[in-house]
Amino acid sequence: MLTIERKEGIAGAGDAMEAQGLGSSAPLDPASCSGVWVFGEYRGGALATVSLELLGIGRELADSRKVALSAVLIGSETGDAAGLLIGHGADIVYRVDDPSLASFTDDAYGAILTALIREHKPEIVLAGATAIGRSFIPGVANILNTGLTGDCTELSIRAEDGALLQTKPAFGGNIMATIVCLHSRPQMATVRPKVMTPLAFDGDRQGQVIDVTPSPAQLASRVRVLERVVSEQDDVNIQDADIVVAGGRGLDSAQGFTLIHKLADSLGGAVAATRASVDAGWIGYPHQVGQTGKTVAPKLYIACGISGALQHTAGMQSAETVVAINRDKNAPIFGMADFGLVGDLFEIVPKLIARIAERRKSWGKS
Amino acid sequence: MNIIVCIKQVLDAKDVHLDPVTNNLVREGVPSIMNPYDHYAVEEAVRLRELLGGKVTVLTMGPPQAEEVLRQAVSCGADHGVLVSDRAFAGADTWATSYTLAMAVQVIEAFDLILLGKQAIDGDTAQVGPSLAMRLGVPYVTCVQKVREASDSGLILERMMDDGYDLLAVDYPVLLTVVKGINQPRVPSLKGKMRAKTMEMRKLSAADIGADPLCIGLPGSPTQVEKVFSPPVRSQGTVFTGSLDEQIDQLVDSLKPYL
Ligand SMILES: Cc1cc2nc3c(=O)[nH]c(=O)nc-3n(C[C@H](O)[C@H](O)[C@H](O)COP(=O)(O)OP(=O)(O)OC[C@H]3O[C@@H](n4cnc5c(N)ncnc54)[C@H](O)[C@@H]3O)c2cc1C
Ligand SMILES: Nc1ncnc2c1ncn2[C@@H]1O[C@H](COP(=O)(O)O)[C@@H](O)[C@H]1O
Repeated sequence: MLTIERKEGIAGAGDAMEAQGLGSSAPLDPASCSGVWVFGEYRGGALATVSLELLGIGRELADSRKVALSAVLIGSETGDAAGLLIGHGADIVYRVDDPSLASFTDDAYGAILTALIREHKPEIVLAGATAIGRSFIPGVANILNTGLTGDCTELSIRAEDGALLQTKPAFGGNIMATIVCLHSRPQMATVRPKVMTPLAFDGDRQGQVIDVTPSPAQLASRVRVLERVVSEQDDVNIQDADIVVAGGRGLDSAQGFTLIHKLADSLGGAVAATRASVDAGWIGYPHQVGQTGKTVAPKLYIACGISGALQHTAGMQSAETVVAINRDKNAPIFGMADFGLVGDLFEIVPKLIARIAERRKSWGKS
Repeated sequence: MNIIVCIKQVLDAKDVHLDPVTNNLVREGVPSIMNPYDHYAVEEAVRLRELLGGKVTVLTMGPPQAEEVLRQAVSCGADHGVLVSDRAFAGADTWATSYTLAMAVQVIEAFDLILLGKQAIDGDTAQVGPSLAMRLGVPYVTCVQKVREASDSGLILERMMDDGYDLLAVDYPVLLTVVKGINQPRVPSLKGKMRAKTMEMRKLSAADIGADPLCIGLPGSPTQVEKVFSPPVRSQGTVFTGSLDEQIDQLVDSLKPYL
């Protein structure tokens, strides 16, 4: 059951130009801040899965602080997304649904979230470490004069003082750092997709949806979106995939990569690559994993013809299970793989595809 | 076109680790390099200057030796270097860093365009670009993968998204952060190397940029590092035995939960 309330306008300034005047905007008073917030990312007609994962950890944090968990939903034609957010753990959803929010812009999304935070004063704000979250959340944190920890993989509350302990990999994952933001509020973090676990959907959960109408100034953007181009391959969103099949220089050619696409297809996974194979032009840069590419944390990462250079493993070391296929038994990738097969990938991968299909049949899966 | 490129000198992340006894960062023998993403920002700035005229100023906040990356950028085509350096900047998080860079930008000159790398490979934050734009009150676009059109009044850009890209139009002044795919950086020219060697760097202290002592370095940083630790080591993997077919069988059985 959802209760829906309607509200005109968001109090407080928040248009894109207010940033003028270096360091002058007034910070929130920590004593008046309470509540945990999650940014509900809505794009292309769906909620980002990381938003549901954030409600899972957000619920834990809110319960340990004995406060409410709220979600902020920004977008256009968001349909039943607010209900989903409540079913996955939110107590309150601030819904800002407007046709001009169909495309993401840093100005409008930033102005709206900033204004809502100023009005309701949460003590913790979480967002997904996605292209969108990592773009506009830093602007929001800056304008609120508070701290932000990017790409966290662990969050908890310190019992003594209630501080949010924000742990993230640094130096390409060679080091973990725990960051605190003691004196400014809210404490803000973006969280890596796939590392937190969502709660199961519960259609009976009670919650309140508050519809908020943004002002024209808040909707204005200095950057104009001309077109949104969604890649025709559906295997490019590697950060959202549970299974990632990755190829390296061992594939030998663009032609070789079709084998990787086939294995990924057979598993419903996405396709990743090393820098060496991207630089060779065998596959596009959006697929690159590592220090100068994307960071992924899938359940299963299958590395084929990849040596396992630190600049590559920096981007995939928080995968749950790693499989390595390489003909060089001394390749460093075997040092971090849970399962390794030493041999020629052109022989192994086709056999693997066939075997998976057979076994699935015998397990009664299609 | 006045273009400013913010670049950072970083420890080469692949060689960084913690001393298992003292838990301190081991810096000895770890080379300092220009942040890899920043090469692409410098290259894009030089290309835009070649197209539209104007000049490229590279700016860094860092210790005195950070001058090296400024010289490296000059050898790759940048015109001027500005080093913002002061003991008081030590311990800056992204808030204090972007405040400092914003104050420095304001004393350097008027700009049409500011370019940065998407993120620095030490803290992996990707926050300085958006924060600097906010401080300066200009619009920003992160993760630019291509400049489609550039004119005297503005830019048409591709911004990399998780599932494709957005095509965007924006007028100057604007701040962009760039990803690797945007260009292929050139190698330093001989002439560039000569210029880089002899070139006079502009140096600015905290007082020179009129920084508020409470907004820089550790005092100006809302976040603090509470502790650092080495990541948990992955458990020793399983090695299969038998013929290749048997090994594949065992692998598929082990992967059953995922399939
Ligand atoms: C500043 C900087 C940033 C970088 N950023 C990144 C990054 O973001 N991502 C990244 O991936 N790299 C990055 N690199 C590059 C990285 O150091 C490695 O060069 C790269 O990851 C190697 O790619 P690879 O494993 O595909 O190629 P290689 O190291 O050449 O490995 C190919 C492997 O394939 C195996 N092989 C060959 N043929 C077969 C076969 N038929 N069957 C089975 N196995 C076979 C070989 O044994 C070998 O181990 C970066 C480097 C630098 C300097
Ligand atoms: N101290 C600094 N001096 C100049 N530019 C910086 C500095 N720190 C970060 N940057 C720029 O900001 C980008 C993003 O860095 P970060 O937000 O630290 O990940 C880098 O690629 C640089 O372009």
